[in-house]
Amino acid sequence: MNNILTQIGIENYIFLSVVLFCIGIFGVLYRRNAIIVFMSIEIMLNAVNLLFVAFSTYHQDAQGQVFVFFSMAVAAAEVAVGLAILVSIFRNLGSISIDNLKNLKG
Amino acid sequence: MNTNLALLLILSPFIGFLFNVFLGAKVSKNVSGIVGTLSVVVSFVVTCFFFGTISSHPEGIQISLFDWMQISNLNVNFGFLLDQLSILWLLVVTGIGSLIHIYSISYMHDDEKMHSFFAYLNLFIFFMITLVMGSNLLVMFIGWEGVGLCSYLLIGFWYKNQEYNDAAKKAFIMNRIGDLGLLIGIFILGALFSTLDFVTLKSAIVGATKLDIFWMSVAAFALFIGACGKSAQIPLYTWLPDAMAGPTPVSALIHAATMVTAGIFMITRMNFLFDLAPEVQNIIAIVGAVTALVAATIGLLQNDIKKVLAYSTVSQLGLMFLALGLGAYEVAVFHVITHAFFKACLFLGSGSVIHALHGEQDMRKMGGLKKIMSVTYVTFLLSSLAISGIPPFSGFFSKDEILLVAFEHNTALWAIASLASVMTAFYMFRLLYLTFFGEFRGTEEQKHHLHESPALITFPLIVLAVLATVGGLISLPGNSWLNEYLSPLFAKEVHEAHALGTLEYILMTVAVIGGLIGIGIAYNKYIKQKEVPGADETITGFSKVLYNKYYVDEIYDSVFVKPINGLSRFFRDTVETSLSALVFGLGKITYEISYQGKKVQNGSVGLYLFAFVLGLCAIVSFIFLAQ
Repeated sequence: MNNILTQIGIENYIFLSVVLFCIGIFGVLYRRNAIIVFMSIEIMLNAVNLLFVAFSTYHQDAQGQVFVFFSMAVAAAEVAVGLAILVSIFRNLGSISIDNLKNLKG
Repeated sequence: MNTNLALLLILSPFIGFLFNVFLGAKVSKNVSGIVGTLSVVVSFVVTCFFFGTISSHPEGIQISLFDWMQISNLNVNFGFLLDQLSILWLLVVTGIGSLIHIYSISYMHDDEKMHSFFAYLNLFIFFMITLVMGSNLLVMFIGWEGVGLCSYLLIGFWYKNQEYNDAAKKAFIMNRIGDLGLLIGIFILGALFSTLDFVTLKSAIVGATKLDIFWMSVAAFALFIGACGKSAQIPLYTWLPDAMAGPTPVSALIHAATMVTAGIFMITRMNFLFDLAPEVQNIIAIVGAVTALVAATIGLLQNDIKKVLAYSTVSQLGLMFLALGLGAYEVAVFHVITHAFFKACLFLGSGSVIHALHGEQDMRKMGGLKKIMSVTYVTFLLSSLAISGIPPFSGFFSKDEILLVAFEHNTALWAIASLASVMTAFYMFRLLYLTFFGEFRGTEEQKHHLHESPALITFPLIVLAVLATVGGLISLPGNSWLNEYLSPLFAKEVHEAHALGTLEYILMTVAVIGGLIGIGIAYNKYIKQKEVPGADETITGFSKVLYNKYYVDEIYDSVFVKPINGLSRFFRDTVETSLSALVFGLGKITYEISYQGKKVQNGSVGLYLFAFVLGLCAIVSFIFLAQ
């Protein structure tokens, strides 16, 4: 296992994960399509998962990888719920642009 | 047996009260009046029973109902004490109360709220019985406050007149000042002796070897302030004349015969305490004598028939306080009883006159009623002779006893009291002459309607006049049934009934001559010279001061009422405004902040996400910068 990290240094994993996270953030901020926003959130989530795994290997500690399993399971559940919400929004509003979701206005 | 009877005695008027409150409006006026009257008559009958059995219980009958409260070592019991004093008072309260209830059936018959009148009267009797029968100071205090409440309700009975409401409020507030004194006295006694029970207190004080005389004097003085408020003594007397705003039976029952004597009752009840505080006794005697004189001088020139009687009541109460202050409790009690007879009769008689004149109370518009209202006239004459101290009427004996006691202690007090008595004779006969003699001075219409009052009104008058005539028999000089009857009550030896020596005869003669002089002056002025008091504007000089009651009301108004009103205005306009500005300002600031903050929540998910990311960045950069 360690040799993966010796071949490709831990900095690269961190860098990749930061890049992925930023892509996710910008996706969330700039896109108006709720599904794309949703996907961007997933990207951020996976960037964090990647970091988790990388550090878990680096520290020779399996705990991090266990957590990743949990977070993937939670993410799967979240996707199911989130998509269901999106479907019902689409049925109600006829669109999934987040600009139309103004009902929570204070 | 005794417990049940005592409960019947006290609850019977209360049942009458409940009946009149809840059903009074549904039944006819006569039914409501009869139920109200009967409930008091029942109490009177039970009282008579107790009166008959008391001789076999010289220690008094103690009835304990339940433990009321227990605070550390102070244990207050709810119970009744039926001894010579309370039974005597009960006889007066329920006896005269019954007569006045009978009278009210006719007197209040045209009033649309007759049932609530009887409800209040019954409630008053209930509280008065509580006051008199209470076995400790706190039970007495319940009655004390209750009669104050009923007095307030009944003075303001014709509540559509704002002046009457003001009079009711004045009476209540004046009484509250006194009640505060009474409460403080009760607290001090509770702290000193850990008991408020009359019997226990008496044995604790009489049997004690070492007593805290200073605090006991303070307690006695505080109790005296309470008595001052209830019994209308200087400086708290001004409410009583104003209380005449109430219907006349109320004036007779509450403001002449019963409630205003509660102060005398309380001081007599606590005689063992007052005996140990000679300074307080001196104050009581002086206050009583001064009140008697001041009220009598005011009474000389009043033109409202009830106002004259009201000041006369204050004056007579002053004489009773004089006797109390001199330690002659049994004499004060004697005068309370005779005064209850003749003053109730006088008030009811004036009510009969007012009734005949359809509400006219100004004596300048009366006159010549002797022929038409002969029963009222005769009873009024008998009671006037009694209050003026003419033998053999009851007032002669009781007033003479007071004067004798005063002469023994202090000639100055005797002189003041005698002067007050002469004035009493004058203004009572002034009233009598102006009302019943001469020509009628009212309107033609009133003259046409003049009539003697119906039997329900004249019956109580006759009974009371008879009592006022023969009431003196209960305590004849030299052979006093009353002194003997009351003797178990007093801590020290009761004065030996005055043996009739030369001095006593001289004093008696002086008193009678004084009374006759007062009557003579009134006769000369109002019968021979046919004088009628002029209109308000024509009164000048010192008479004007007297006519305006020494401007005491005005002085109180400017010394107490106006500054307090000013203070409350200051608190309302300045303190309360700034406080509410502060509190409301805080609320406004919070509202403004949240109103601005609300604008951020504009519903745009994009903005939320942006703020979310921005916050995240801030947290991350903070963590890194902090390191």
